[in-house]
Amino acid sequence: MKLSDYLITKTNTLRTTNIIDVKTESLSVKTYTFKDKQCAKAKPGQFLMLWIPGIDEIPLSILNTTTEKGIISVAVKNVGNATQHLHNMNPGATIGIRGPFGNSFTQNHGNILLIGGGTGTVPLIFLAKNLSNKTKKITFITGAKTKNELLFMDQLSNVCQEKNNLIATTNDGTYGLQCLVTEPLATLLNQEKFDAIYTCGPEVMVKKIFELTQKHKLPLEASLERLMRCGMGLCGSCVIGKYRVCRDGTVFNEEQLNEIKEELGTSKLNFSGNKIPI
Amino acid sequence: MGSSTLSLQIAGLSLDYPGMLASGVLGYSAESMFRVIEGGAGAVVTKSVSLQPRCGYANPTVVQVKSGLINAMGLPNPGIQVYAEEIRRSKTLIRQPLIVSIFGYSAEEYAVVAGKAVAAGADALELNVSCPHVKQTGSEIGQNAALLFEVVKTVKATVKVPVFVKLSPNVTDIVHLASTAVDAGADALTAVNTLRAIAINVETTRPILNNIKGGLSGPAMKNVALRCVYDIREKLANIPIVGCGGISSWQDAVEFFLAGASAVQIGTAIAFDSPKVFQTINQGIETYLKKKHLRSVNEIVGLSHH
Ligand SMILES: Cc1cc2nc3c(=O)[nH]c(=O)nc-3n(C[C@H](O)[C@H](O)[C@H](O)COP(=O)(O)OP(=O)(O)OC[C@H]3O[C@@H](n4cnc5c(N)ncnc54)[C@H](O)[C@@H]3O)c2cc1C
Ligand SMILES: Cc1cc2nc3c(=O)[nH]c(=O)nc-3n(C[C@H](O)[C@H](O)[C@H](O)COP(=O)(O)O)c2cc1C
Repeated sequence: MKLSDYLITKTNTLRTTNIIDVKTESLSVKTYTFKDKQCAKAKPGQFLMLWIPGIDEIPLSILNTTTEKGIISVAVKNVGNATQHLHNMNPGATIGIRGPFGNSFTQNHGNILLIGGGTGTVPLIFLAKNLSNKTKKITFITGAKTKNELLFMDQLSNVCQEKNNLIATTNDGTYGLQCLVTEPLATLLNQEKFDAIYTCGPEVMVKKIFELTQKHKLPLEASLERLMRCGMGLCGSCVIGKYRVCRDGTVFNEEQLNEIKEELGTSKLNFSGNKIPI
Repeated sequence: MGSSTLSLQIAGLSLDYPGMLASGVLGYSAESMFRVIEGGAGAVVTKSVSLQPRCGYANPTVVQVKSGLINAMGLPNPGIQVYAEEIRRSKTLIRQPLIVSIFGYSAEEYAVVAGKAVAAGADALELNVSCPHVKQTGSEIGQNAALLFEVVKTVKATVKVPVFVKLSPNVTDIVHLASTAVDAGADALTAVNTLRAIAINVETTRPILNNIKGGLSGPAMKNVALRCVYDIREKLANIPIVGCGGISSWQDAVEFFLAGASAVQIGTAIAFDSPKVFQTINQGIETYLKKKHLRSVNEIVGLSHH
């Protein structure tokens, strides 16, 4: 592709659109649906930059697409200034969109395992839905601090066909198993042979999962989060090792994770570019 | 190893290839700068670093426009104290010249940062006196001949490494400021930084960048940057110039050499292509030189001034 082709690419051009629907998923998470033709073509694992006019522009994973209708949704956890503003917005409000950005999960078949924590379940649901009628079996481990923070349980149980293929964990035992997601994972890895394993969520969790799968010499694809500004691999805000998470990721395989294991789950750049502990 | 056709000397630095990474692009970490070197760059310029850390502006910090980008990052950087460690790490990883871009809010501050950067291993410095979107530094210095003279002179009195001065295109007479920098002791000039610009969204009737205004880079600015290099070369034949602004192909790079640049810097093209854009450009220049039966880039520097 010639440079001039990139420069007029619609991906990176800001488009405005109106919120069509807002749905409350939990005390802190809401799902937003809107029209955007470009992002409606996104693949699982890709993200977009959402502009809240006059406030901020933030990276969000794509949860769902209806490609023919050009409709997509994202799920947003209220954690600070930008997400609070977004949570106050109603259908009809105008937002800006750039994207989709980043690579995507490799869509493998066979016996599939997905492990999601917090809003990290978002891209995995998109992936699982894409895989559900192509694969033999999907097992999903989802974790949260407490019952009412577990996300998208109904959608997950649909995707997992069989009830016991959906494993939920909570820190306080208010639902499912009282433990971290890594416990049932360790058990499963000893019992079953998986063809592909995918994860997204808090990086300390991702790191533990990486160590476990390495021990079993299994492949892994993990989607990582870093501070993002330009979204197109230029500003350097999201680098981990030699990789730009926004452009070379957000999905990294076990070989790449091995190259960045010193920083994985340990440190990240803050807004000034200083490496701080995670 | 660089081919001898493409290798060059500029202000005492030896470059295997004529393209450098422009400041502010991927310049936070040793590993990402090394990747640009692997992609075929002859030198790297770091992110602009100051005495105190800066968080930069809130998003949106970059917006795409036709044939370019407008950015107002706000000079985010961890401060020289912390960045000195990254300079040391970079020196263990990167054999090619490491040029540290610095800025300050006074001549003294530029000099303090300069001293610390050199102590950490900088092979050369580039003075950012041209960032168009941060108050009391950058182009507010580079647009004022007296301030510019003082900053360059103070830094030159502090360090022994080559000092590049990066000029702003947002001036009436760039040659006047270029010659001011040269009089103050600059070893080379980088021409140019971004063009002051704005993008407005029609639906929301708002400026898009959080900082409202920013700097235009990429192909949209190329011929303005090229004119700046041409003007400087015409009046100041002896100062080496690094051409910068909108370069994305070997033809662009060659145009800058012909206008009078001895080397070039590339930033925005990395976003639309990849760090390997340098390799592609190197090959193109090499083929061009061969076709013209020339032995080195040096032979075409300033050739358009008939
Ligand atoms: C690739 C990617 C996908 C993401 N997907 C989702 C998602 O599907 N749902 C969801 O709720 N959240 C997601 N996030 C996180 C979301 O972007 C942040 O929660 C949001 O930016 C916080 O903004 P704030 O102003 O509300 O909070 P702030 O108070 O500004 O910050 C709270 C924390 O959010 C993080 N953060 C802030 N700004 C950014 C930024 N520009 N880039 C990355 N992280 C930032 C920082 O860790 C910060 O400490 C994703 C992040 C990335 C990088
Ligand atoms: C995202 C971004 C950040 C930049 N940051 C800096 C900086 O910190 N210091 C500086 O001197 N120039 C900075 N620049 C300007 C570039 O170094 C360069 O002068 C300009 O972008 C023109 O070259 P290009 O068209 O090849 O990008 C930045 C440019 C961009 C796009």
